[in-house]
Amino acid sequence: MPVNFSPAGVEYIRFLPEIVLIVAGTLLMVLDVILRKQARGIYGHLSILALAAAMAAAVFASGWPGDAFSGMLIVDGFATFFRVVVIGVGILTVLSSYHFLEREGAETGEFHALLLFSVAGQCIMVSANELIMIFIGLEISSISSYVLAGYLRDDKRANEAALKYFLLGSFATAFFLYGVAVVYGMTGSTYLTAIHTVLSGGPTAPAPIFIDVAVALMFVGLGFKVSGAPFQIWAPDVYQGAPTPVSAFLTTGPKAAAFAIFLRIFMTAFAPIARDWYPLVWASALLSMTIGNFAALTQSNVKRLLGYSSIAHAGYVLVALAAHSQIGTSAAMFYLAAYAFMNIGAFAVVSHLSGKGERFLSVDDFAGLAVRQPGTAALLSIFLMSLIGVPLTGGFFGKFYIFKAALSSHLVWLTVLGLLNSAVAAYYYLRILVAMYMREPGEAAAELEPLPIGLRAALVIPALGTLFLGIFPSWVLDFAVKSAALVR
Amino acid sequence: MNLLDIVLAIPLLGFFVLLLVPRAAEDAIRKMALGFSLVAFAASLGLAFQYETIRPGEQFVTDIVWIASPNIHYHVSLDGLSLWLLILATFLTPVCILISWKSIQTRSKEFFAFMLLLEFGLTGVFAAQDLFLFYVFWEVSLVPMYFLIGIWGHDRRIYAALKFFLYTFAASVLMLTAIIYLYNHTGTFNYPEILAQLSSGKLAFSPSQQMLLFLAFFLAFAVKVPIFPLHTWLPDAHGEAPTAGSVMLASVMLKMGTYGLARFCLPMFPSAARACAPWIVVLAIIGIIYGALVAMVQPNMKKLVAYSSVSHLGFVVLGIFSFTQNGMDGAVYQMLGHGISTGALFVLVGVLYERRHSLEIADYGGVAAAAPWLSTAFMITMLASIGLPTLSNFVGEFLVLQGSARTNFYWTAFASIGVILSACYMLWLYQRVFYGETPAEVRHHIFDLQPREWAAIAPLILMMVWMGMYSQSFLPAVRRTTARILEQTQVNVQIRVQAPPAATQVVAHAR
Repeated sequence: MPVNFSPAGVEYIRFLPEIVLIVAGTLLMVLDVILRKQARGIYGHLSILALAAAMAAAVFASGWPGDAFSGMLIVDGFATFFRVVVIGVGILTVLSSYHFLEREGAETGEFHALLLFSVAGQCIMVSANELIMIFIGLEISSISSYVLAGYLRDDKRANEAALKYFLLGSFATAFFLYGVAVVYGMTGSTYLTAIHTVLSGGPTAPAPIFIDVAVALMFVGLGFKVSGAPFQIWAPDVYQGAPTPVSAFLTTGPKAAAFAIFLRIFMTAFAPIARDWYPLVWASALLSMTIGNFAALTQSNVKRLLGYSSIAHAGYVLVALAAHSQIGTSAAMFYLAAYAFMNIGAFAVVSHLSGKGERFLSVDDFAGLAVRQPGTAALLSIFLMSLIGVPLTGGFFGKFYIFKAALSSHLVWLTVLGLLNSAVAAYYYLRILVAMYMREPGEAAAELEPLPIGLRAALVIPALGTLFLGIFPSWVLDFAVKSAALVR
Repeated sequence: MNLLDIVLAIPLLGFFVLLLVPRAAEDAIRKMALGFSLVAFAASLGLAFQYETIRPGEQFVTDIVWIASPNIHYHVSLDGLSLWLLILATFLTPVCILISWKSIQTRSKEFFAFMLLLEFGLTGVFAAQDLFLFYVFWEVSLVPMYFLIGIWGHDRRIYAALKFFLYTFAASVLMLTAIIYLYNHTGTFNYPEILAQLSSGKLAFSPSQQMLLFLAFFLAFAVKVPIFPLHTWLPDAHGEAPTAGSVMLASVMLKMGTYGLARFCLPMFPSAARACAPWIVVLAIIGIIYGALVAMVQPNMKKLVAYSSVSHLGFVVLGIFSFTQNGMDGAVYQMLGHGISTGALFVLVGVLYERRHSLEIADYGGVAAAAPWLSTAFMITMLASIGLPTLSNFVGEFLVLQGSARTNFYWTAFASIGVILSACYMLWLYQRVFYGETPAEVRHHIFDLQPREWAAIAPLILMMVWMGMYSQSFLPAVRRTTARILEQTQVNVQIRVQAPPAATQVVAHAR
C-alpha cells in the first residue's frame, strides 16, 4: 500500500465538500449556543448556504478526478453524481423544514448541524473507495439520522422511531462490519480494487464459501440501510414516526448513499463473483417490491403509505442491481435521482397538509384538496404520477431504464413481475389522487394556510426536476452512463 | 415541421393556454377550448386533402431524435389506417366540447383542459411510429380520461375510474416489457425499421418467443378493445363517465386497441397471430353475441350503448383476424362507423339526461311527441348503429362478414346473429323511450334540440349518411394500407416458415 502521510493539496480539493459541510455543521452548533433564541430563522439560511457551497465544491472537485488519502477516497463521475444528489436532497430538506420547524416551535441550530453532518457522512460514503472509509461514512450519516428521526423530543412516535431505527440500525451496521472483517481476513485488503484483483482468480483467491459468507453479511447490513426486504421491518415505523421533512430526507438521501456504496462494493469488489450474489439480490428485489406494494395497498396513513412505497422503490433499484451490468448501475443512479425528486416533493405536500402536531395524515384528509388548493394538488399529482410511473415523468423513465437493464441481463421474470408490481402500486397512489380530485372536502378539514415560500420552493423544484427527468432524461442519463464504469 | 406536427401540437398548446387562464373566466375557457379543437380539426382536414391516396406507406413523416441513448425518436407519420382515426379524434373533440357546454358546471377549467390533453394523447397514439413514443401517448391518454370519469362522472364514478385505470395500466405494462425486449434485440424503437429487419430476416424469433411477444401486445390491446372476457371495465367506465367522456371513450379510445392489433400485432408477429386467430375469433364472436344479449336486458341507456360497443367491436376483431382484404377494410371502416354512430348515440343519450336527469329507460316514454327532432336524430343514429344499408355501419359490417366468410363460413354465420340482435335491442330501446304514453315528467322536462346541440349532432348525422352512401371517399386510402399490412404478414410468415439460409438467398438474387 502506498504510504503518504502528508496529503497533497489536490487531495484537499477532492475532499472539499466534506470539509465545507463539517466545518459549517460545527459552526452551527457553536452559533446555537451563542445566538440562542434571538435569531432562529438564520440557521436555515446558513445551512442552505453551506449546502450550496458544498454543492459548488463537489462540482469543483469533479474537475480534479482521482483518489485522495492513500486511495481511501476517490472522486470520479459516480462519486460526483451521488454527491450532487445527496447535497441536493439536503437543500430540499432544509427548504421544506423551515416552515415545519417554525410550526412545531423547534428551530435550533442542532437540527441543521445534524443534517449537515449526515450529508457529510453520505458524501464520504459515496466517494469512499475502501471498506473502512465506507464504514466511517455510514456511521456518521446513520448516527446523525438516528438523532434526526427522534428530533421532536416530546413526540411519542418520533421517540419510538428513533429508538427502533437506532437499535436495528446498529445491529445491521455490526453485520456489515463483521462482513468487512471477514473480507479483510480472506483477501488481506480493505481496498475495493485490491479485493477485486484477489477475487478475480489466481493463487490467492479465497475459497468461495468463505467469501460468500462475507458477501451475505454485508448484504444484510446494506439491505437494512436501503430498506430492502427482508430487512425492511423498521422502515414503515420510522418513516411514519419521524418528523415529515426528516422522513423525506431518510427515504432519499441516506438511501441513495447506501445504494451508492451497495453499487460500488458489489459492482467493484465483488464483481468477479457476481454469479454468487445476484440471486440474493434478485430475491430481495422481488420481495421488496411485493411486500412494499401489497402492504401499502391497505394503509390509510399517508406517511406510512409512502414508507411502504419507499420499500417497493428500493425493490426497483435492487432490480437494477440484480442486472449486475453497467446499464444496471446507470439505471439505478438515474432512478435514485428521480426518486429523490418525487419523494421529497410528495413528503413536502404531506408536511404542508398535516398541520401543527402532524394531525392530518390520513388519506381522507386529502379530500377535496383540488378545490381547497388547486396548485398544491396539481404538484402532488405530478409526484404521484411519477411514483406510479406514468410517461413524461422521471419515475417512468427511471423504471423503463431499470427494466431495460434487467431484460438485457435476461432477467425476464423479474421484469414481468416487477412491472406487474408497478401496476399494483398504481392503486394506492391513485387513492390519494381520488381523494384530492374526486371527493368533496370533509367538514373537519382545517383552513389551509397558503404555501410558505420555502415549501413552495421545495415543491416546485422537485416538480420541475421530475418533469425534466421525464422529458429530457438524456442530460442526467448520459452522465450516469459515463460514470457507471466503476472498476478502474 | 409539417402539418401533422401542427395538428398534434395545437391541443397541447391549448392545454397549456387553458391552464394559464384564471378559473373564474369560465365562458372564455369554453370558447378557447372550442377554438383550439376547431383549429386542430381544420388542420387535420388539411391532412386529408394533402394525403396521397396512391402511396400506401408513411406520409407526413417527422423523425427527430428525442433521447439519444437509448435511441428514442419523435417519429410520427400517417398512413391509410391512422389518417381517418386521427381525424375521427379531432372531429369528435369539438363535438364533445359543445355538448359539455352547459352540463359541466364544476371545475370547468380542468375539464376542458383535460379534453384537450386527451385529444393530444389520442392523436399521438395514432401518429406515433416509434414504439416508445407510442407507449408514451398510450399512457398519456389514460390520465385525462381517468380524471374525466372520476371527477365529472355519475354516482359510481370513483369505482369506474379506478377500474378503468388499473385494467388498462396493468395490461399495458406487459406491452412495455415486450417493447423493451424488442429494443434489446433490434437496437431501435423505430417501427418501420423493426418491420424491415423482420422482413429481411435480420430479426427472427423462435415460435415460442414470437407467441409470448404477441400475447404481451395482444393483452394490452384486448383490454382496450375490449375483447370478451376482458370487457368488464367498459360498462362501468362508459356508464359512469360524463357524456363527453363516454363519447371519447367509445368512439376513439376503444379504437386504440383495434388499431394496435392491426398496426402492431399482425405485421410483427404474423405466425403467432395466425396461430391464435381461431381462438381470438371465437372470443370475438362470443363478444358479438354476448354483448348484444346483455345490451338487450339493460335498464340503463348508457350501459345498453356500452354493451352494444362490445358487440360492434367484436366485428372489428373478427375482420382483422380473418386475414382477408375485405375483412381488414371492413374492420377499419367499422372502427370509423362505430366511432360516429356510437358517439352520436352517447351524445343523444346525454341530451336526454340533461333534460330528464335519468338514464333509466323506465323513466322515459313517448319522447317522440315531446321532441320530434330529437327523436328523428336518434332514429337515424340508431338505424346507423344497427347497420341499415345507406348508413355508415352497414358498409363495415358487410365487408367484415364477407371477408370472414372467405376464411371460415361458420364464423360469418354466427357473427350475423349479432346483426339481428342489434336490431332487436336498438329498436326495442327506441320503442320504449320514444313511443307509447308520454308521462307527465317527460312532457314537463323534455324539449327539442337546441341550436348548440344541433351543431354537435348534425355533423355526426351527415357523416353517417356520407359514410353509408359514398364509402369511396374513405376506402381507397384504407385499402392500400391494409393491403400492405396483409402483404407484410404474408412475407414475414413465409420467411419464418421456410427460413431460407442466407446463402441460398444470395444465390437466388444472383440468378
